[in-house]
Amino acid sequence: MSVITTKSSTFKQDVLESDVPVLVDFWAAWCGPCRAMSPVLDEYASEHEGKVTIAKLNVDENPDIAAAYRITSIPAMKLFKNGSVVTEVVGTRPKMVLSRELEPHLD
Amino acid sequence: MRDVLIIGSGPSGWTAAIYTARAGLHPTLIASSVETGGELMKTTTVENFPGFLEGVQGPDLMAILQQQAERFGTEVIYDDAVELDLDGPVKTVRTGLGDTYTARSIILSTGSAYRRLGLPREDLLSGHGVSWCATCDGFFFTDKVVAVVGGGDSAMEEATFLTRFAKQVYVIHRRDSLRASQIMQKRAQDDPKITFVWNSTVSALLGTDQLSGVELTDTVTGEQRQLDLDGLFVAIGNDPRTELVKDQVALEDNGCIRVEGRSSRTSIPGVFAAGDVIDPTYRQAITAAGSGCVAALDAQSYLISHAVPADPAVAAQS
Repeated sequence: MSVITTKSSTFKQDVLESDVPVLVDFWAAWCGPCRAMSPVLDEYASEHEGKVTIAKLNVDENPDIAAAYRITSIPAMKLFKNGSVVTEVVGTRPKMVLSRELEPHLD
Repeated sequence: MRDVLIIGSGPSGWTAAIYTARAGLHPTLIASSVETGGELMKTTTVENFPGFLEGVQGPDLMAILQQQAERFGTEVIYDDAVELDLDGPVKTVRTGLGDTYTARSIILSTGSAYRRLGLPREDLLSGHGVSWCATCDGFFFTDKVVAVVGGGDSAMEEATFLTRFAKQVYVIHRRDSLRASQIMQKRAQDDPKITFVWNSTVSALLGTDQLSGVELTDTVTGEQRQLDLDGLFVAIGNDPRTELVKDQVALEDNGCIRVEGRSSRTSIPGVFAAGDVIDPTYRQAITAAGSGCVAALDAQSYLISHAVPADPAVAAQS
């Protein structure tokens, strides 16, 4: 499954120790633009099956992770490779633009 | 080929869709891939849209308008218009996903985009303390110190909303009086957490990879000082979104699409414009909706007077 839900207790295993690059989507229910971005990420994931995992992290329920990565605006998407952030996208993006921004960081 | 294509999904776009759909024109509305609903998606309670006695949440209002447009058969495309060809009797729109749509008339309701401060490192610090959406980001500033730049209704709404989270909210305004409506001003001025910083502009953003404060310049004395902040919310107005059409339709000096008198007719026959993209002054949900209605009626009368002539081959046989 290329879209997962991650949380504080599983973040290490889901994201930091993943063999595949993981795009963490920091979101919240009260964020309209986050809801708009959600189907775009789902589509992106299905088109990049095996190359990248999308991990949705609810900032409301996991404020410790949001604080650790100094999130101050959502939607924020951070791409993790081998446990560290290699690039980030803040705000909504059409799928093509998102794809173009992430492309250089994916094999 | 379609009769009507509408670009944009704010109050003007949906209203144009409701009217053209009810007129039997089967409109197609290109809603955007990630910004469907427009600016109101970033607001909370809207108290001044007529018909909602208790107010309505901005995103809920947009969902209602969309449902109303769809009820009468509006086709909604979740994609972005990236290229327009407006000349001639057939208008063409190409989208981000690579599709092409053609129509005999087009309604441009592309709205407006947040105006930027235009300061160095604004991009870099966006998402790292600089924000354009209080409803999205206020949560991250719980017990922090933030500022809102601006003096209009949006700035007052953001400041008031941010008091739910922040321990202190500054409102930085370049003049000594606000242009916000009385009710919004009073709400902000009565709030013990809100402090007004008058006659000041933000002249620099401080902090390397995270905002730590701003440099303020006094608009009267020219004096500069620093204000330590955890977050800065920018609400200094909007600019019409015309990048798709600015080389094709005539614009006003203020950047809005030029329309003829009180109509929605642009400089190109069959191309109509509505909402914030033509309005430098009022920019309300209800004025945008009214403007969308005007565009729908103008498009309808254009289609009647430019009816497709009967195929001469068919006409000759009868």
